[in-house]
Amino acid sequence: MNTVAESRLKRPGSLEKNPRLSQWLRVHQDGTVSIFSGKVEIGQGILTALAQIAAEELRIALERIRMAPADTSVSPDEGVTSGSLSIQDSGAALRRACAQARELLLERAAARLGVSAGEMQVADGAVRTAGRSTSFWECADDALFDREIDETAELRSQRDYRVVGRPAPRRDLPDKIAGRPRFIQDMALPGMLYGRVVRPPHNFTGLISLDDSKVKSMPGLAAIVREGGFVGVLAEREDVAISAQRALRLTASWRETDPLPRNVPAWLRERAIEHRVISEKENAEAKSRAVTMLEASYTKPYISHASIGPSCAIAQIDDGKLMVWSHSQGIFNLRRDLALALGMREDAIVVRHAEGAGCYGHNGADDAALDAALLARAAGGRPVQVQWMRDDEFAWAPCGPAMALSLRAALDPQGNIVDWLHELWSNGHSSRPGRSQGPALVAAWHLARPHERPSAINMPLPAGAADRNAIPIYDFPNQRVVNHYVHEMPVRTSALRSLGAYANVFAIESFMDELARAAEIDAVAFRLRHLKDPRGRAVIDAAARRAGWSNWKSVEGRGHGIGFAKYKNLGAYCAAIAEVEVEREVRVHRLVLAVDVGLVISPDGVINQIEGGAIQSTSWTLKEEVKLDARGIASLDWEHYPILKFSEVPAVEVELIDRPELPAVGAGEAAQGPTAAAIANAVAHALGLRVRELPLTYEKIAAAISQST
Amino acid sequence: MTERLRLTINGAETALEADPNTPLLYALRNDLGLKGTRFGCGSGQCGACFVLIDGHPAPACDTPLWSVAGKSIATVEGLGTGGRLHPLQDAFLAEQAAQCGYCTSGILIAAAALLAKNPRPTESEVRTALDRNLCRCGSHNRMVRAVLRAAAEIAQ
Repeated sequence: MNTVAESRLKRPGSLEKNPRLSQWLRVHQDGTVSIFSGKVEIGQGILTALAQIAAEELRIALERIRMAPADTSVSPDEGVTSGSLSIQDSGAALRRACAQARELLLERAAARLGVSAGEMQVADGAVRTAGRSTSFWECADDALFDREIDETAELRSQRDYRVVGRPAPRRDLPDKIAGRPRFIQDMALPGMLYGRVVRPPHNFTGLISLDDSKVKSMPGLAAIVREGGFVGVLAEREDVAISAQRALRLTASWRETDPLPRNVPAWLRERAIEHRVISEKENAEAKSRAVTMLEASYTKPYISHASIGPSCAIAQIDDGKLMVWSHSQGIFNLRRDLALALGMREDAIVVRHAEGAGCYGHNGADDAALDAALLARAAGGRPVQVQWMRDDEFAWAPCGPAMALSLRAALDPQGNIVDWLHELWSNGHSSRPGRSQGPALVAAWHLARPHERPSAINMPLPAGAADRNAIPIYDFPNQRVVNHYVHEMPVRTSALRSLGAYANVFAIESFMDELARAAEIDAVAFRLRHLKDPRGRAVIDAAARRAGWSNWKSVEGRGHGIGFAKYKNLGAYCAAIAEVEVEREVRVHRLVLAVDVGLVISPDGVINQIEGGAIQSTSWTLKEEVKLDARGIASLDWEHYPILKFSEVPAVEVELIDRPELPAVGAGEAAQGPTAAAIANAVAHALGLRVRELPLTYEKIAAAISQST
Repeated sequence: MTERLRLTINGAETALEADPNTPLLYALRNDLGLKGTRFGCGSGQCGACFVLIDGHPAPACDTPLWSVAGKSIATVEGLGTGGRLHPLQDAFLAEQAAQCGYCTSGILIAAAALLAKNPRPTESEVRTALDRNLCRCGSHNRMVRAVLRAAAEIAQ
C-alpha cells in the first residue's frame, strides 16, 4: 500500500524540509532569476553546478541565473554542505522547483496572451505567439511561487540537455584570479574592528592568570575582552590586534588537561568502549575450503585540514540582534549553537555565508564565528572581524581522526577469498555544530560558565563515518566487520574529507594486494574475480587500460599499484593507479583515475574535484601527520606540518565514465581512499615490502624495513 | 610610533601614516584596500601574501614597511595593464586553474616573476619556481599548465 508517509519520503533532495516553491527561486523583472540554495561554495564549484541545473530546467541562459548567498533569513535549510551530497540534495530539489516554476510561468503567459500553451514559442524566457509577446520576467510575481512544490511538472529529458553535462566556467573564478575582494577575509565593513583570540596551542580548562598591564596601553587597542578563560583583543588596526594577541599570550598561564597518549594506535585499541558488528555473512561450506590465512594491521594518524587561509568570521550586534558572516558549512546549525553559547534566541541571530578559503570538512569556521560574536559584545555596535593565525588554525581546528585497523582473511586453494574480518578503532568523525546538546564551538568551553565539550560521534550506516567504506564491496562468502568506537577525545576530531573511507579503503585495498600476492594472482585480476558490480568492474578496467597496467616494465626502485572503492558504498566509483619511485622518499610520478559519478553535470568540475582529491590524498599519504607532544599538537606551522609541493605533485589523468541515465552523485571525496591504496600498493611493489603505517615517509619505510629483518 | 611613509605601489606613489614596523601586508590590505594579497601563515612559509618587490617575489606578511621605502611594489591588482588582465590571469581562467582560489594571487605573483626572468620556462622550471607557494586544493597541475600557456601566448 502506498501510504502518504511513504510517498512523502520519496521527495527528492531537500524538498522534504523546504517544500515551498518560493523558498527556491525568484524571477526578476530585469530578466534574471535568483536561486536560493542552502548549500554553500567552499571552493568546490557547487554554485556553478547548481546554476547549470536551474538554467536547464527553466530553459534559460546560464548567465541569467544569480546564486543568492546562503542566509538563515532567506535560504532553504539544507543542513550541512558535506558528504558530497549537494548535487543529490540541492540539485534534485532545484530541478523539481525550476521545472514547476517554468510550467507556472508558461500557464500565466498563455493566459496573458489568450492562447493555449501549444500556440506559444518560448526561447530563453521570451514567449511569443502570432504578433504578440510576453516573457517570464513580465509574468512572474511573488504570489505565483507561493505554493507547495507538487512534483507534477515534467522534468526535462536528459537527452535534451543543453547546459548540464557541458563545461561551464566557474562563476567565482574571475574575481579570485583578478585578485578582487571575494573572501570573507577580504570584507571590510564600515567602522570594522579587528579581533584576535588569545589561546594556548593545547587543551585547557581555564585561565589561571593574565597580565594585561603592558598591553592595555598599546596605541590603537580598543579593548581586552575576558570572559572566564576566553580572552580576546579588539583593535583599530589588524596588526595591532595581532601584536596584542602575541604579547598577551606570553603573560598567560592556563589550567591544563591530562597529557596526550604517546602511542595513538595502541591507545585507541585500549580505550574503545563500544564494539559494533556492522556486517556479518556466514557460509560454513566456503569457510571449510580455507587453506591460507593472512592478517595485517594498518594505522592512519591525525590529519589537519591545513587550509591555506585560516578561519575567519565577522559579527555585529545591533539593537540586540546578532548578524554573523561565516564560511561555515552549515549556517542553520551554527545559528543554533551560537544561540546556545550566547544565551540568545535563534530568531535574534542571522548567519550569512561568505566564501572562505578551501574547506575540506569541519574546520574552524564555526568556532571563529563564536569568537567574533563574543568580541562583538564589547564593540559598541561596530562590526568585528576575527581571523585565526596559522598556529590557532593548526592547534584548534578539529583534526581528521587517527585510526587503527586490523584485517584477517582466508584463501581457498584456487586463491579465492573465503573469509574476511575487518576491525577498526577510531574516535567519532563528527563534532559539528547542531548535533549535540551543547554548543560545539571552542570558545563556549572556556566561558565563565563553560559548556561541556561534546565528543565526536559517528553518523549511522549506510553512509557511516569511522566505518565509512569498511564493509567491503567485494563478494566474500564470509565476512565480519567491527567498528570499535573511542569516546575519549584528547585531540579534537571531526569530519575531514571522506571520513573513515580514507583509512578503510587504504587498509582493504592494501590487504587485497597482500592476498593477491599470496595467491600469486595479478592485483587487477584478483579484484575483478571478487567483484560482480559491473560499474565497479568498468572503472577498474578503464583505469588499467589507460595506465597500461599489463604492459608495465619492471625497473629497480619503481612500482605500480591499484586502489578501488565505491564511495560510501553508495556514491561514486573510482579506481586509481599509481606509479611511484622509491629512493629515500617516495615520489609519485603518475596517477590515473577512472571515475563513474552517474550523470555528469559539469565535466570539468568533476575532473577538477577528482584531480584535487587525488593530489590532496597523495599529500596525506606521503607526508601528513599531526605531531603531538604531551601537552597537545606540536605541528603548528608549515615547517612541522609539510604538505605536497609543486615539484612533488604527480601527473594526474582522469577518465570519466558518463552515465546519463543514472542519478548524479558527488565527486569531492571519491578519490582519496583509492589514491592512498594505489600509492601504498605501488610502494610495496617497488620495495618488495609492505608499509602499513601512514604516512609513507622515510621514517615509516625505514621502520618497516627494520621490522622485516 | 607612526610616521608618514611613501611607497610606490603598482606604479603609483602612495603615502600613508603607519608604524614603520607594520608588515606590508596590512598596509596593502587595510590601509590601501588591496585585498588580493592574502594572509596565510605570517612567517613567509606559504606564499599566499607574495608581492613583487623590485621584481622579486617576497612575502608581504614578513616585510616591514620601513624596508620597502623607495622600492617598487607590485601586487596581484597591478599585474594587468590598461584595464586588461595579465596573460597569466587570462591563462588561469582558460585553464580554470583554481579551486578555492585563496592561494591564487601569490602564485600569480611568483609566476609573473618567473616569466619576467625566463619567458619560456620548462614544466619543471615552473614547478621549481612555484615551490615556495602552497596550494591545498590540489590545483597544482592546472596552474602549471596555465603558466606554460601564458608563456606561449606572450611569446606569440
